[in-house]
Amino acid sequence: MKAAAFAYVCPTTVAGALAQLDGGRDAKILAGGQSLMPSLNMRLAAPELLVDINRIGELGGIERRGEFIRIGALVRHAEVIDSGLVKTYLPLVGLAMRHVAHPAVRNRGTTCGSIANADPAAEMPACAVALDARIVLLSGQRGRREIPARQFFRGLFDTECRNDELLAEVLFPVAPPSERFGFDEVAVRHGDFAAVGVAVRAALEQARIAALNLVVFASEPRPLLSTAATSIAIGQVWSPSLGKAIADAVVAEMEPIENLHGRADTKRKQAHTLIARVLDGMMHG
Amino acid sequence: MQNEARFIGVSHPRQAARRHVAGRGRYTDDIVAAHVAHIAFLRSPYAHARCVTINCEAAGVAPGVIAVFRGCDIAGVSRPWTTRLERMPSHHSAPQPALVADETCWQGEAVVAVVAETRAQAEDAIELIEATWEELPAVESIAAALIDGAPPVHTALKSNVALDHTIAEGDVDAAFAQAQTVVSHSFAFGRQTGVSLEPRSILAEFDARSGILTVHQSHQVPFQMREIYAEQLGLSAENVRVIAPDVGGAFGLKLHAYADEMAVVAIARTLGRPVKFVADRLESFISDAHAREVDVDGRIALDADGRITALEIDVIGGFGAYSCYPRSSVGEVLQAVQLAGAPYHIGALRGRIRGVYQNKVPTGAYRGVGQPIACAVTEQLIDLAARAAGLDPAALRARNFRASPASPSKTEGGVVIETLSLQECLSALCRHMDYDALRREQASLRKRGIWRGIGLSAFIEITGVGPGLYGPQGVKVSAYEGCRLSLQRGGKVRCATSVTDQGQGTIDGLAQVIAEELGIVPTDIHMVAGDTGQTPYGGGAWASRGIALGGEAALRASRALRGQILSIAGALLQADAADLSLRGAAVIGKTGAAHMSLAELADIVRFRSDTIPLQEIPPLEAFEQFVPLALPYLATNGIQAALVEVDPGLGTVRVLRFWVADDCGRIINPQLVDEQIRGGVVQGIGAALFEQCIYQNGQLVNGSLADYQLPLASEMPDIDVLHVSTPTRETLLGARGVGEAGVVGSLGAMWTAVNDALTPSGARVTRQPFTPEHILDQIAAAKP
Amino acid sequence: MDNSSAAEPACVEAGAITEIAFTLNGAAARAQIAPRQHMVDVLRQVFGLTGTHLGCEHGVCGACHILVDGHVVRGCLMLAIQANGAEVVTIEGLNASGAIADLQEAFVRRNALQCGFCTPGMLMTAHALLQRDCAPQRAHIRETISGNICRCTGYHAIVDAIEATARERREARDAK
Repeated sequence: MKAAAFAYVCPTTVAGALAQLDGGRDAKILAGGQSLMPSLNMRLAAPELLVDINRIGELGGIERRGEFIRIGALVRHAEVIDSGLVKTYLPLVGLAMRHVAHPAVRNRGTTCGSIANADPAAEMPACAVALDARIVLLSGQRGRREIPARQFFRGLFDTECRNDELLAEVLFPVAPPSERFGFDEVAVRHGDFAAVGVAVRAALEQARIAALNLVVFASEPRPLLSTAATSIAIGQVWSPSLGKAIADAVVAEMEPIENLHGRADTKRKQAHTLIARVLDGMMHG
Repeated sequence: MQNEARFIGVSHPRQAARRHVAGRGRYTDDIVAAHVAHIAFLRSPYAHARCVTINCEAAGVAPGVIAVFRGCDIAGVSRPWTTRLERMPSHHSAPQPALVADETCWQGEAVVAVVAETRAQAEDAIELIEATWEELPAVESIAAALIDGAPPVHTALKSNVALDHTIAEGDVDAAFAQAQTVVSHSFAFGRQTGVSLEPRSILAEFDARSGILTVHQSHQVPFQMREIYAEQLGLSAENVRVIAPDVGGAFGLKLHAYADEMAVVAIARTLGRPVKFVADRLESFISDAHAREVDVDGRIALDADGRITALEIDVIGGFGAYSCYPRSSVGEVLQAVQLAGAPYHIGALRGRIRGVYQNKVPTGAYRGVGQPIACAVTEQLIDLAARAAGLDPAALRARNFRASPASPSKTEGGVVIETLSLQECLSALCRHMDYDALRREQASLRKRGIWRGIGLSAFIEITGVGPGLYGPQGVKVSAYEGCRLSLQRGGKVRCATSVTDQGQGTIDGLAQVIAEELGIVPTDIHMVAGDTGQTPYGGGAWASRGIALGGEAALRASRALRGQILSIAGALLQADAADLSLRGAAVIGKTGAAHMSLAELADIVRFRSDTIPLQEIPPLEAFEQFVPLALPYLATNGIQAALVEVDPGLGTVRVLRFWVADDCGRIINPQLVDEQIRGGVVQGIGAALFEQCIYQNGQLVNGSLADYQLPLASEMPDIDVLHVSTPTRETLLGARGVGEAGVVGSLGAMWTAVNDALTPSGARVTRQPFTPEHILDQIAAAKP
Repeated sequence: MDNSSAAEPACVEAGAITEIAFTLNGAAARAQIAPRQHMVDVLRQVFGLTGTHLGCEHGVCGACHILVDGHVVRGCLMLAIQANGAEVVTIEGLNASGAIADLQEAFVRRNALQCGFCTPGMLMTAHALLQRDCAPQRAHIRETISGNICRCTGYHAIVDAIEATARERREARDAK
C-alpha cells in the first residue's frame, strides 16, 4: 500500500522542529522511520504533517556527560553497536543490540526512536528501565523535561512524551566496571520482536548481591522492573536455588499480554527459564 | 581435438542468473505501458456479509480516478464462474464473481475496483467508498463447518461439505484386529500461504483496433489463463495473448485464476486502456490462495515381525470460501490420502477424504500439494510404531520399504510406481550422516538434559503428471509440453518451449539438453518461454514437469532438428548422414574433421538452397511434444533426515543439520537439482516451525510479513544433498521431476525429529507449526 | 548559504510537488515528487531503475535495499524527499561500477538465486557485510542476511556465495 498524503517539513534546528510541533497540526516526528514508515505505508497512521528531524545536527552523537552517556535522537542503532563508549560503559545496551533487527534497519532506526515508540517488545526501553536512564524531552512551550525511564513508559506504545514534545536524547548512567549484565529473549526468529525477554543489571560486593535490577519485557505492556527480584536478592550469595527463587517471584509479578506469541502462562514459563539462565550466566561470568 | 563439451550432468551457470544479479530482471511490474492506469480494490472487511449499499460517488470524482467498478458493473462483462470436476459431481462450489455484487464470503474478497492514474490515488479513493454491510454468520474452523446446522459459507451452498470420499484396499479391520502393535496419532497441519516474494501482478491491455487482449501476468500457466480469459470475455483464444515475463516465485499460488485478476482483464476490455494491478503484501495475504489446513487422524498396524499390515487415515481439509478455479481445491486432501504409506508395503489402506468450505481465503496449490502431508503422517506413525515395537526407526523403514517392481504396479493408494530406490537412498543417507554415531551422541546428550531429535522421512512423489489428472475431470489444463527448435542464421538455435520458469532454472536446463544434442553451447540457444503468442501449447509449470516432460520434448525436437541438419549436410558433402555428427557448432565427418559450420549450413539453406541436391529441403525447424502415456506420471522417491534440538524450558526448536538423498532419475544440472531440493526443504521447515495463517473471528490476524513468519537465514541449517539416480524408462531423457521433492519430505522429517527429541518427556507435538507454546503445552501435559 | 533563521526549509504541503536533487549512481539527478512517495517508487517510476523491488512495502523483506550515503537501507522505509542531497546507489549503479563483480559472479556460479526477486537487495546486504568483515563466519553471514527474505533458495547457496567471495578477496589480497 501507499501512504496517504501528508505535508512534510525538514527543520535544521531543534527550535524549528519544536515550532512545527506547536503549529496545531496533527504532526509526527520522523527520525529513523523504521516504525513510522511501515505504519504510513499501511495507512495505519495518517498524520497531517511529518517533521523530519534528520537534518538537525545537534540531535546526533554519543558522548560522555559526567556520569552519563548521552545518546542523541539521531543516533542510529548501528552507531550504538559500533560505539566504544557504549562497549565500555553500557555493556547491557551492547548485549541487547545483538537482538535488534538487521543491518538495514539498524542503519536507519534510532535508539531514541525505539524508546519514544515504546513498543513493548522492543529491547531499548527495557535497557533504559534496567539502567535507570533519563529521557530528555523538549517542548517549545514547556522547555526541557528530564524523566526517569522508570516513569516514562506508561503502557502499550504510550509514554510521558506529549504531542508537542521532542525526545531529544537519552542519558544512560555510566556502569562501573564491577557491575554485571545479562540479556536474553525468546524470539522465534533472530531479529524479530521478542515474545518475552529479560534485561538485568547486578552488582556484587564480596560475593554478595549488592544491587539487582531485573526487567521483564515484551510480555508486559511496558517494561516491568521487578521489585521482588531486588528484595529477594539483596545481600544474598548467588546460588542456582536463589536464581529459581528470583524467577518464581518475578513471574508472579508479571501480567503478560496474550497475543500471537502466546498465552500469559506460556510467557511466564519462558520468562522463568530465561531469568534463571540469564542470572546464572551473569553470576558465573 | 574438437570441442568435446558436454552439458548434460554439468552444473552450467544459468543465463537468467546473470540478468538478475545485474538488476535486470524483468517482472510484470517492471514493464512500461503507455497510458497505463492502476487498480486498487476495496476488499471485504467481513468473513461473511451481505452488501447492503455501496456508495462510490465520492470515490468516482476523487483526484486521478478514471473509473470505479462494482460487482454489478463487471458481471455483464465477466460472468461468475463455477469450479467443477466432472468425475466428482458431489464437489460443488458456489458461483464466484470477479467482484462481489451481493454476498461476500471471506475477509479480503474483492468488492470494488478503482482505476486511477496512480496506485496511491486509487487507494485514496478506496477510502472514500461508503459501504454498509449486514454481517452473516461465518464459519471459520473445520470443526465449525462440519457441525449439523452450521450456517452455509455461501447461501448458494446446501452444505459446507465439499467432498466426502473413502478409498479402501485390503482388509483393514482384520489387519488391525490381528496386529501386534497399533499406534495412532492426530495431526493438525496449519493453514499456510505461498508468499512468493514478487506479489501477484498483472498488466492487461485490450487493443480495440486489433481486438487483441494482451495480458502480462506473473503466472505459471499462460495457456490455462489464455483459455480462461477468452471464455470469460467472449473472445477467441487466438485473440488473447498471455505473457509471463520473469516471475518472482510462484510455488503453486500462481497457478490459479483469481477473482481480482479476472476483474482486471474485464476492466481492460471495458476501458480500452492498459490497466495494472500489483497486489500489495497486505492484500496478498488475504487474497493469494492459502494451502494445507488439514486435520488428520491416523493409525498404523504392525505384526510381530515388525511388518506393517495396515494404515488407516481420516483426512479433512479446509477449502475456504470457494474451490479454486479452475483446478479445484481437492488436491491437498486427495493426495494426502493417495500417497499415504506409499513407500511401504502396507498391505491394507483405508482413507477417508473430506473437505469443507469455510469463510476464509480459498485454499489451492502450494508446492507438494498434499504429498507433504501424506509423508508426514506416514513417517510419524512409522516412528511411533518403531518406538512402540522397540525397533530402530531406520531399521523399521528398511524392513518395510516397497521393493522396486519388475513392471509398473500400483500401491494400496493407487499410485503407479515404475521403479524405486528407497533402500539405496536410505543406505546412502545413513552412511553420509553417520546415523549410528548420531544416535549414540543423542543418547549421551540426553543424560545431560539436552534433547536432540533425529527424524527420518521417506517419500514417494508424483512428478511430470500426464493428462489423467485433469483431463477426465473436464478441467482445461494442458498436460503435455511442447518444444519448437529452429536453426537460425549465425548457427544459433531458437527454442520456443511451453515450459515456464519461475526461478527453478528449467529453461536453462532445457538449453543444456539441446546444446548436448546439437553440439553447441547453451549460450548459443535463444530460449523463448512464457508467451502464448510465441511458444507451443503446453502445461507450463506445475507438478514438477519442466525438465521431466519439457526436457523430453526438447530432446526429441533436438534429435529431429539434428536429423534435418545432417541430411542437408550429407547431401551437400556427398556423405552418408549417418557418418556425420554435430560438435563445436559444426558438422563433423567420419575423420573428426569439421566440414561446415552450422552458420554456413543455415545460410546455404536460406540463400543458396539451389545448391542442395535434395528433392525436399527440410525446414531447419522441428517441433515435438511429449506427455507420458504408458504411465500416468513419473513417480520418484527419496529420504530426508533432520537433526534438531528442543529447548524444554523455552519450547523452541533449533534445526542443526539436514540431509537429503533423492532419486530424480537422470540429472541434467546437479546444482539446479540441489537448489530445488534445498529451497523445498526450507519451505517444509518453515511450515513445521513458523508459518501459519492465524484467524480470529473470521479475520486473518497475522497478515503481514512481520507477523507471518517465513524462514530466515539465521534459523536455517546447511543442507547436504545426495543422489541416487534411476532414470525413468518412460522417456529417452530419463529425468524425473524434482521441484517439489524437498518440501514433500522435509515436513515429515521435522515431525519425526521434533517428536524424537521430545521422547524424554513422553510428549508429542500434534499441531503444526510447532510453536514454543505448543511444545511447552505438550511437555506439561505429558508430565505424570 | 543564508544563515538566517529564514533559511529553515519551508513546509511542503500534502498535495504539493517539490523537486529533489541528489546523486544517483554517481550522476546528478533531479525529480519532481510528492512528499508521500517513498524512495523505491521514485527510483522505479521516475528513473526506470527497476532492479530495486518491492516485496512487502513495510520494511521486512529487504528486496528494496539501496545504498544511501554508503549505508544499506530499506528503500521502502525512506521518503524520496529525504534523499535530497544524498548519495544513492542502486543495484544498477553497483553493477555498472564493477564494485561487486566478483560477488555477482559468485552468486551466478553457485546459483545463489532462483526467481531473482530478492537478489538485488541480497547483494546490497552482502556487499555491506563484506566491506566490514573480510572473513565472516557462516553463522554471521546467516545473521546478517536475515533481514532479506529469500523464498526460493533456502539460503544455503547464498551463504556459500558470500563466503566464497570473502575467501577469494582474501586470497587475492594475500597474493599481492
